[in-house]
Amino acid sequence: MGGVEGYMYPNEINLYWSVLIVVYPYVTGLVAGAFILASLVRIFNVREVAPTYRLALLTALAFLIVAPLPLLLHLGHPERCFEMYFTPHDTSAMAMFGYVYIWYLMAVLLFEIWLDFRQDIILTARSSTGLKRLLYRLLSLGSNNISEHALAVDERAGWIVTLIGIPSAFLLHGYVGFIFGSIKANPWWSSPLMPVVFIFSAMVSGIALVLMVYMFTTRVRGRQIDMPCVDTIAKYLFYIFIIDFVLEMLDLVHRIYVADESFRSISFMVHTKLYFSQIVLQIYVGTLVPLLLLGIIQITRFSPSVRKAIYVVSAALVEVAVLSMRWNVVIGGQLFSKSFLGYTTYKIGLITHEGVFMAAFLTLLPLGILWVLVKILPPWPERKPGFNHARDASTL
Amino acid sequence: MTLSRRQFLVLVPAAAAAWQYVLAGTPQDAPNYQLTDHWWGMLLDITKCIGCGNCVRACQAENDVPDEYFRTWVERYLRTDWDLTTPEVISPDGGKEGFPTAEEVKNGMYFFVPKMCNHCADSPCTQVCPVGATFITPDGVVLIDQTYCLGCAYCVQACPYGCRYIHPTKHVADKCTLCYHRITKGLTTACCENCPTGARQLVDLKNPNDPIHAFLKTHDVHVLKPEMATGAKAFYNGLDGSVR
Repeated sequence: MGGVEGYMYPNEINLYWSVLIVVYPYVTGLVAGAFILASLVRIFNVREVAPTYRLALLTALAFLIVAPLPLLLHLGHPERCFEMYFTPHDTSAMAMFGYVYIWYLMAVLLFEIWLDFRQDIILTARSSTGLKRLLYRLLSLGSNNISEHALAVDERAGWIVTLIGIPSAFLLHGYVGFIFGSIKANPWWSSPLMPVVFIFSAMVSGIALVLMVYMFTTRVRGRQIDMPCVDTIAKYLFYIFIIDFVLEMLDLVHRIYVADESFRSISFMVHTKLYFSQIVLQIYVGTLVPLLLLGIIQITRFSPSVRKAIYVVSAALVEVAVLSMRWNVVIGGQLFSKSFLGYTTYKIGLITHEGVFMAAFLTLLPLGILWVLVKILPPWPERKPGFNHARDASTL
Repeated sequence: MTLSRRQFLVLVPAAAAAWQYVLAGTPQDAPNYQLTDHWWGMLLDITKCIGCGNCVRACQAENDVPDEYFRTWVERYLRTDWDLTTPEVISPDGGKEGFPTAEEVKNGMYFFVPKMCNHCADSPCTQVCPVGATFITPDGVVLIDQTYCLGCAYCVQACPYGCRYIHPTKHVADKCTLCYHRITKGLTTACCENCPTGARQLVDLKNPNDPIHAFLKTHDVHVLKPEMATGAKAFYNGLDGSVR
């Protein structure tokens, strides 16, 4: 049998979860990570990262809009997807996705963005005419009060929504990890650490993404990159990445030391089929190199231009690591037989509806959506009404 | 005897209906099938299986199983004396056309293991289905409502035995139904009916007269992967420790 080594159960030879299911946790993780970065400003009062606050929220929204698309395209019958809302099966981890998604989209992200941009929306509606005015009137949802008292209420409500949003972000992505971690039939997935590893890798990927988007957009707009801001983001990225790496290594070391009946299969895969994506891409290139670079920054003083270059390279490599990790989990978990006696090969399509191009399109589509969002709701710090560089971030 | 044109026109549809009834099989011993009176399972006797592939062919013919996918299949194990936990296993085309001639081994043994859905009482596939399209019937058979299934393949991932697949043209989950359309009419499954050695026996654990009760008392019967705690109801006689 082509692509099969040893013995696979005959129904296992083809993989049932494709590269789109790799994209799904990756994109969802970016949402959670970007939101956590935004919450640093509002809840944890990390004033240095304030310039990225609104951009992080819009980034989270852009990726959240796309998050269900890989799942939908993967379904054999996408037209039946609403059954998950109407007749969910209460013992299924996957059934809850629809509710967690809607909760996060409607109750957390959209609400918080609306509260934060409400003043801008109303002022834009007042100062424009025609279709633009209509658009912003619609976005204001009929509200027109931007008195100091009303804005204070917005602040308070926004703070509460963010407070609710943090556990919701953890829920959104921890739950994605649970979808895999709860499959006892698959030893590569079945681990109580899986949701935790997913959450930390999500934070890392989201923070790295917002760092890159912030630096890119600031440069494109011809503005000065706020170095204390990117330094602080890089510091958080470094520390959270250490926790993420330690957790993943803990899982790996545990598997190696316990060496249960699945170990031979897993060890074989890590040394062969997953060697490039796990050892080379995820661990060496995507984790150790950026950890080393970010670590050096913490103890030495480079010029801003060197630091910026290091941040961009590190953030890009972090994305490589997290995307590789998703690949290793999703695809790796299907490459070996549940009989532990054989291995199959993933034959990825190129232009099929679950192929490479579609996966790349769905990964990049949120950036296009983000471009539209920043046109409608400019998140730039200097555009915020009453913006003052020196003010305390707690007033955001 | 002569038939008028009128009589002929009446009799032909009646004969066609009667022939359809004959083709469908005659319900036997189950005039009033009660779901709660049964708890179905399957006895698979490894000591009797000869790896002929009759069961696989019968299942494919009965249930229109697509090529390269299997509701049931047969594996041939070679377990050598110096490695009791790592057997050599083959199942060419699911064992549908039998197996190649085995080379003689001095210190080891060959045996055949028929595989199928274990119709678990605590089935992981049922647990994970996001819409409840897969379910266990009151008489203990795990079924899929294919008009409702999303085709997400979560159940395929959750099955520890590799018994499920996504149907290549229907794009929904598919697997052994224990020939539910037959057993509720008092018939046995297609695989059992076509097994020449009686290696497969449909069993009804709620039937006090079912021979399975006496068999379980006198034989060493196990289930696959008991550590999965799925409440599997595919009972194996003569199950070697190397079987996965």
